[in-house]
Amino acid sequence: MAPPLITTTTISLLFSLHSFSSSLIPKTTPRIAQPLLRFSFLDFLGIFFSLKVESLMRTAVVSGGGGLNSIGSMSTLSSEEKSMVMSSEDSSSYPDEPELELGLGLSLGGGKAKPRPPPAKAAAAGSWDQYARILTAKDFPSMVSTKASSSSSSSSSSPAAKANNNNGSCGTKRTAEPSSPPGRSAVSSQVVGWPPIRAYRMNSLVNHAKSPAMEESASAIDKSKGMNLVLDKTNYSSNRNHNVAKERGLVKTSLFIKVNMDGIPIGRKVDLSAHSCYDSLAHTLDHMFKLSAAVGATRSKAEEEVIMGGKRRPPILLDSSSDFVLTYEDKEGDWMLVGDVPWEMFLSSVRRLRIRRTAEVNGLGLMKGTGDS
Amino acid sequence: MDPDQSEDSPSNSANSHGPTQPQSPFPDEVLEKVLSFIDSRKDRSSVSLVRKDWYNAERWTRSKLFIGNCYSVSPEIVARRFPRIKSVTLKGKPRFSDFNMLPRDWGANVHSWLVMFAKVYPFLEELRLKRMTVTDESLELLAKSFPRFKALTLSSCDGFSDNGLKAIASHCRNLTELDIQDSVTDDVGGGWLSCFPENFASLEVLNFSSLNCEVSFDDLERLVGRCKSLRVLKVNDSITLDQLRRLLVHAPQLMELGTGSFMQELTPRQYEDIESAFSNCRNLQVLSGLWEATSLYLPVLYGACASLTFLNLSDVALQSSEFAKLLVHCPNLRRLWVIDTVEDKGLEALGSSCPLLEELRVFPSDPYDRHHRDGVTELGFLAVSRGCRKLRYVLYFCRRMTNAAVVTIVQNCPDFTHFRLCIMTPGQPDYLTNEPMDEAFAAVVKTCTKLKRLSVSGLLTDLTFEYIGKYAKNLETLSVAFAGSSDWGMQCVLEGCPKLRKLEIRDCPFGNAALLSGREKYEMMRSLWMSSCNVTMKGCRLLAREMPRLNVEVIKDEGNDDGQADRVYVYRSVAGPRRDAPPFVLTL
Repeated sequence: MAPPLITTTTISLLFSLHSFSSSLIPKTTPRIAQPLLRFSFLDFLGIFFSLKVESLMRTAVVSGGGGLNSIGSMSTLSSEEKSMVMSSEDSSSYPDEPELELGLGLSLGGGKAKPRPPPAKAAAAGSWDQYARILTAKDFPSMVSTKASSSSSSSSSSPAAKANNNNGSCGTKRTAEPSSPPGRSAVSSQVVGWPPIRAYRMNSLVNHAKSPAMEESASAIDKSKGMNLVLDKTNYSSNRNHNVAKERGLVKTSLFIKVNMDGIPIGRKVDLSAHSCYDSLAHTLDHMFKLSAAVGATRSKAEEEVIMGGKRRPPILLDSSSDFVLTYEDKEGDWMLVGDVPWEMFLSSVRRLRIRRTAEVNGLGLMKGTGDS
Repeated sequence: MDPDQSEDSPSNSANSHGPTQPQSPFPDEVLEKVLSFIDSRKDRSSVSLVRKDWYNAERWTRSKLFIGNCYSVSPEIVARRFPRIKSVTLKGKPRFSDFNMLPRDWGANVHSWLVMFAKVYPFLEELRLKRMTVTDESLELLAKSFPRFKALTLSSCDGFSDNGLKAIASHCRNLTELDIQDSVTDDVGGGWLSCFPENFASLEVLNFSSLNCEVSFDDLERLVGRCKSLRVLKVNDSITLDQLRRLLVHAPQLMELGTGSFMQELTPRQYEDIESAFSNCRNLQVLSGLWEATSLYLPVLYGACASLTFLNLSDVALQSSEFAKLLVHCPNLRRLWVIDTVEDKGLEALGSSCPLLEELRVFPSDPYDRHHRDGVTELGFLAVSRGCRKLRYVLYFCRRMTNAAVVTIVQNCPDFTHFRLCIMTPGQPDYLTNEPMDEAFAAVVKTCTKLKRLSVSGLLTDLTFEYIGKYAKNLETLSVAFAGSSDWGMQCVLEGCPKLRKLEIRDCPFGNAALLSGREKYEMMRSLWMSSCNVTMKGCRLLAREMPRLNVEVIKDEGNDDGQADRVYVYRSVAGPRRDAPPFVLTL
């Protein structure tokens, strides 16, 4: 899952923007055409330069969680512009490498980029103006700390921590890929019983470890998120010994919540703190429930390639055109669509997840999406 | 475990001698007297094979029973063969249960054994259990059935609560050892400690460091004060520094100490007091605990470290500087367990301060790589190997390693008997050359001829296993994860290592061909574990059919297709299939 190369995507970007702007030029009124043309090229330059700035903030973008898939909104302006480059950053590997991140988030709702195209916003073609904003570093206000562990999505579901949490369903069949890229990769995350550390020691780590280094990163997390990542004990659904009043002020290492899927009586659990963005969560759930292989994954291969320019495809659960929809129950008991709010906000309000079939969801008034993303 | 241990009929030895068996030159009593001096189980096994009367003499003189896999033999068989047992060691679940790879209620419940012991060995004195389920009911039975009971060790056991411990404390009048290690039992209160009778003073070993409970300090203090023979005391983190001081004042003779929490605001006077309390402990050989110790309070220990041979810092995340300062005071260190927050720099200090080091275990502070800390690397390991040439046991968790480093390390320390290297990212190659780590483990098995235990990690092809099979002649335990390229790898090991007893494999591309290639071998081994490999039910059934003296158990995963055998546990047994198997364990 290599991050997109600047060169090929820049070129395609150039072409697509050029073709887009030329398609906008009305053939009969040169005078109007001129400003538009100028606007689009200048805009492109501006975007290009702001992308350079963004490349320095790449890790910040990564930790923003969810990336700038809102490029999709641009593509919804006119369907022929599907070739508009959309490169969602890969939030897992190489958080520290300064790769250029092409996030062409021309439509931003709020400071954080969203993983899904906002459903209703980009409907009208021609309302190009409100989306043609030049991105600057200001658009990423909370991406301050690159050291924050949020940028590491290679954290795992810490199954070993809770030894007595076995309910017959542990030791699941996830086989990690045998050859993972060097450096910190996400592969080691979702594997039960790895690294092989005794449950007793895992408990001890969680309870007692309080070195200055750990404290420092814990507070860095707090600062960068602006909200407390030390998760609510009520959400802490594993079998920790509640007699232990000796919890030191450390980031809790797991947040297991239930995941159910329509039509499947037995649910699963997933560790949300092992993810730093919707993408990674959606991929995990996809793998868990084998959605890509299921009937209902309706995207064709051709579509996929076109969408991503050959790069990583968006997960089924975050794709508005698939047959599955990911919803969650929040603290107030309401069922919401996953992906609307920033990741950290989601983390603090989610109680459980449910994968529904879109046929049933339509009745809930959710739009089925206005195009592929 | 030796196969002979589970033999229940002496017919084997009888077969080798005809009816013209000569009279033994010794009367039975002499033979028995001589044999009673033999302690080693291996020797006893050999003895029992010589002749029928030797077999009988051996079985009547054996007092220590070791059963490495509680399902390899049944209580009845044991009772028939050995009439006079005073000490039992029983191990239950496969080792991977420590890492949550086994569902709850898998088994290894000690109760049926205790019922039999209560009948046949009323004079039982010692019971040491590892990875077994021990309920309160069992502990109560234990406490009431054996009037001479002295020593109880529960290592990585579950299933009990303070009720069971209360029974032990109240009824075992002659108790000398109560040793609870690595327990993850949630449900334990602290009231059991107060159940020791007022006149009870025989305790020599008390270890409750892994129990999450608050005990009454007053009762503990009184207990420690009474027990003049106390040599091992390991408390849990509910005991504060100042309380520890008071305990030390009562028991300066301690040889092994597990401290409580080291985090407390001390006045200068208190600091001095605790410092002198530690200095009075001149016999201290083992030190552990030290929860939340910081550079501020670590120095109180210095006076007690001169004779220290085993320092267990695996519960406290020290930085390299404070660690280095501590080590200066521990020149006689033989064993060290530490967390990787000390980093390579700390390990360099170790190399220079502790030349007598024989065992090193480095645990990760951040196993899931959440905080991107460096931890230790190949450089730290190299530094230790240069300074500590006597190293023979290592357990090393790291994020990167190179072939060259391992080659150098084993050249520096060729006496390794236990080499457990865990590169935490599965399938990670040599980070400098990007090659598989085959050459590293090749060097290990070629150079370390005494190697008994090996855990491999990193990106490994079948070549590694070819080397292991070819060179590791003394290897007894092999743990493999995310390695190998084909069945051939596992076959090499099964055909090669003559002394192999335990083989644990997870997430490797080994399939039925590999599984079946070891058919005869498994009868000479204690057990085989394979999980998330390419083994199918068909293969397992075939193995079970061909080898009736093996128990081939498959642990069913819900939601799995029926063809794959995700978790397979194969072990030899004279007791036949398990009678207490839960529904998700299929014995084929």
